Amino acid sequence: MSSKANIVTEPDIIFGKLTWDVIPFTDPVILPVMLACLLGGIGLFAFITKMGKWGYLWREWLTSVDHKRIGIMYMIVAVVMLVRGFSDALMMRAQQALATADEVGAGYLPPEHYDQIFTAHGTIMIFFVAMPLVIGLMNIVVPLQIGARDVAFPFLNSLSFWLFVVGALLVNISLFVGEFAATGWLAYPPLSGIEYSPWVGVDYWLWALQISGIGTLLTGVNFFVTILKMRAPGMRLMQMPVFTWTALCTNVLIVISFPILTVTLTLLTLDRYVGTHFFTNDLGGNQMMYVNLIWAWGHPEVYILILPAFGVFSEVTATFSRKRLFGYTSLVWATMAIMILSFVVWLHHFFTMGSGASVNAFFGIATMIISVPTGVKIFNWLFTMYKGRVEFSASMWWTLSFLFTFTIGGMTGVMLAIPAADFVLHNSLFLIAHFHNVIIGGAVFGYFAGFTYWFPKATGFMLDEKLGKLSCALWTVGFFVAFMPLYILGFNGMTRRLNYYDNPEWTMLLWVAAFGALIVLAGIVTQLYMGYVSIRDRDQNRDLTGDPWNARTLEWATSSPPPFYNFAKTPVIHDRDEHQYNKDRNTAYAVPESYEPIHMPRNTWCGIVMSGFALIMGFAMVWHIWWLAAFGFIGIFASVIIYSFERDKDYYVQVDEIEALEAAHLVHVNPQGLRAMQDKKSNLEA
Amino acid sequence: MEAQQNNLADGQHSDTHSPGGAAHGSVKEYVLGLIISIVLTAIAFYVVMFEVVSPALTLAVILVTAVAQILVQLVFFLHMNTSSEQIWNTTSAAFIIIIVGILIVGSIWIMSHLNHNMMIGH
Amino acid sequence: MTTTADLQQQDQAHDHHHDTGGDTVFGFWIYIMSDCILFATLFATYAVMSTSFAGGITPKDLFDLNFVLGETALLLFSSFTFGMAMLYAHRKSMPGMITWLCITFALGVGFLAMELYEFHHFSTSGASPQTSGYWSAFYGLVATHGLHVTGGLIWMLVLFAHFKRDGFSKANMVRLACLSLFWHFLDVIWICVFSVVYLMGVL
Repeated sequence: MSSKANIVTEPDIIFGKLTWDVIPFTDPVILPVMLACLLGGIGLFAFITKMGKWGYLWREWLTSVDHKRIGIMYMIVAVVMLVRGFSDALMMRAQQALATADEVGAGYLPPEHYDQIFTAHGTIMIFFVAMPLVIGLMNIVVPLQIGARDVAFPFLNSLSFWLFVVGALLVNISLFVGEFAATGWLAYPPLSGIEYSPWVGVDYWLWALQISGIGTLLTGVNFFVTILKMRAPGMRLMQMPVFTWTALCTNVLIVISFPILTVTLTLLTLDRYVGTHFFTNDLGGNQMMYVNLIWAWGHPEVYILILPAFGVFSEVTATFSRKRLFGYTSLVWATMAIMILSFVVWLHHFFTMGSGASVNAFFGIATMIISVPTGVKIFNWLFTMYKGRVEFSASMWWTLSFLFTFTIGGMTGVMLAIPAADFVLHNSLFLIAHFHNVIIGGAVFGYFAGFTYWFPKATGFMLDEKLGKLSCALWTVGFFVAFMPLYILGFNGMTRRLNYYDNPEWTMLLWVAAFGALIVLAGIVTQLYMGYVSIRDRDQNRDLTGDPWNARTLEWATSSPPPFYNFAKTPVIHDRDEHQYNKDRNTAYAVPESYEPIHMPRNTWCGIVMSGFALIMGFAMVWHIWWLAAFGFIGIFASVIIYSFERDKDYYVQVDEIEALEAAHLVHVNPQGLRAMQDKKSNLEA
Repeated sequence: MEAQQNNLADGQHSDTHSPGGAAHGSVKEYVLGLIISIVLTAIAFYVVMFEVVSPALTLAVILVTAVAQILVQLVFFLHMNTSSEQIWNTTSAAFIIIIVGILIVGSIWIMSHLNHNMMIGH
Repeated sequence: MTTTADLQQQDQAHDHHHDTGGDTVFGFWIYIMSDCILFATLFATYAVMSTSFAGGITPKDLFDLNFVLGETALLLFSSFTFGMAMLYAHRKSMPGMITWLCITFALGVGFLAMELYEFHHFSTSGASPQTSGYWSAFYGLVATHGLHVTGGLIWMLVLFAHFKRDGFSKANMVRLACLSLFWHFLDVIWICVFSVVYLMGVL
């Protein structure tokens, strides 16, 4: 790869910048990965073909508009990308542990390869692991929690997912064809400008984020409308489960922040492709405007990631403390306060870049204020547990680990919010330790808690609890061993993204950090093994009632996995904890007098086909293959226009199908009621 | 077929509001909106093109007429109001205006300080 | 269009998926709100770069307010004529609606032609997007509005085909309502463009 990074050919009219030389056949690190992916891909393809499952996959999954299936697909892609992003992390830790003192260019990675690895790590972990985990969880849970049939725009949901997949694919293609950006995950110009990054790495970054970002924006609109307009009758706003509340606020943040990302990326794209001067060094360009805009998106993005995790902890804590959530109202208002405040703190990411005392003071104070509602939430969860009968399930382990870890991360955040302190700590490993502390200890632990908690709802069987707890322990210990040294190193003056360093005193702590990363690796391997064991033993771990945790909210009232229409009868809401309300009054799992046909959207080819064209367009734009880019662009719009003329977009589920599906659930939760209904029906027929 | 029958039924009381807050007005509303918009546009262009008042006052006139015209079009062309069908549309618009304000004013404020301290444009 | 069996089924069915039409228009409104942020970002960029001429040509040298007044008039009248088309659509008058939509389309094309002419004129007078930060921001903002207008015009063409096929179906009324929101919104954005870019640009 090192020898290729300087190749800038004059674009060919047919192949653009693409030649055989851009594939790193000779790179000793990439070649084995490439072969493994190639063999794995061929193996998977052959396996599906042999089993004759392509038709099933296409009809039931790839074209699906069912929010539960789309959610599961988000999760699968997120897990795959987590493995990729974590491999990058291990390589970085290994490089820094090995790249000791006196040899310039030490370690095993050449600088331009190392730079691509830390860029890819950040980009992948935020956009292609954390985001799909958030959106995947929302997909699986939100419509069930509010008693809706599906999301407001099922086709857009499918399109969002596939656009996100296109982004993930582009990032992975860059590993084998060309290069990825070597600029850091937010690609500040002028480094990311055409002058200093002349080849295709930054272009891959731009198009991957642009395409998946548009998908995310559509998700934001979709879920915002879903939550506001499609709640079951009787459910007032202040009766929504807390996860739905946090999802609502997250989607508001998506709708108001992702357009900023779209514009910022577009302006950088224009600088690189047509020679404009938004962020260049010369002719009136202003790089600081890029930094300003990217963080005007970037800070709300942090809360897009963390708010749903807060929602998960609220659900998990209430369920496993066997109590109503303490201070529901304060929790909701705290969430909304964070939503608003997250829009007036973005400058704290660049205190040191020259804005001066008054601006820094304003944004420093705003940053400290935003920690107040976050602290309120911590007390909400603590008081929910207080005097409750706490059951220490695996998701509760993640929650407790979060409470401890996140509070430490929050406190270092308040330290960084002091501009004077930030002048010392900016861009040091202290910052790296801080944001991993809140993103891993806050967001990721939340997604894992939610993953464990809602897994039986999505699949119909439980995850192995013992292995879940073990992986939580390994993650927690591994996290502290990996990142506490980085706090110290940051105080000692080690900056981020160093390819090598000349201070031998740092080496020891970097070895400790690398060891911590290996413990986290053990946690991830345990999780993968947990997945394998749980799927292998699924017949012993079936969730037949649909309510394995004795939980409180509406999603547990239906079967696991829920029928594709979610609820046979649209529920009528009386209480915040609707399912608990019904269980307390013995009105849960009531058998209705009769069923009626249900109106459902049909699966559609359009989302995946449009995204296929988007992939073609993105790849062609990266390599300056203009004719192909035009083809992809036209294809996208032609597909959606053709789709708009289709008539057969929805259908009715028949009563006998609903009866059969519901009986399979009711026989486990309300056998007497079911028998009474069947007797009555046969009497009528007789 | 069925859809058309329903629509015919709808047509008998055509001044009811459409679903989802997509209200539609009357000829009077549109004409009134058009005339006020023309007047406001004319004032703004007139003060700039003929330099009738001081630059500071001109700037004020531009801003006031622009804001007024936006409001007029929101009310007369987009039919925004605070009725129950429209309340979420109006609320979201009010919220977005706040965010737009934060983004534009914040960016200008931050960047003017940055430019000043970094001596860009001096 | 629909079979008898389907009709019977729909009569029986009370448990609808959801009120698609209303939610679609509301969803489109939320998309427009996000579009406001998109334009706000471009306006912020324009404001920050409003003096970044790099010693080159300035807007005072080029802007012709009479020309901009022409563009403004076309777009303002097109917003009004779209409103007329909506009124005819709600009266289920196909000729009335098509006539007003055609006028709207022609006004939109006229606006776009004027804008393209202006861009061509500026570029050949030494103010291309590559000239300076200011002109990059100018083209970035104004052309994004122009691209939206182009999108609206293409959408209008597709909508003609929809109405030709299905008449005043519920789906078509929803589409028309969305496009109408979009079109009026573009005129509102244009008010900001002519005030901030053109009028303030020559002060």
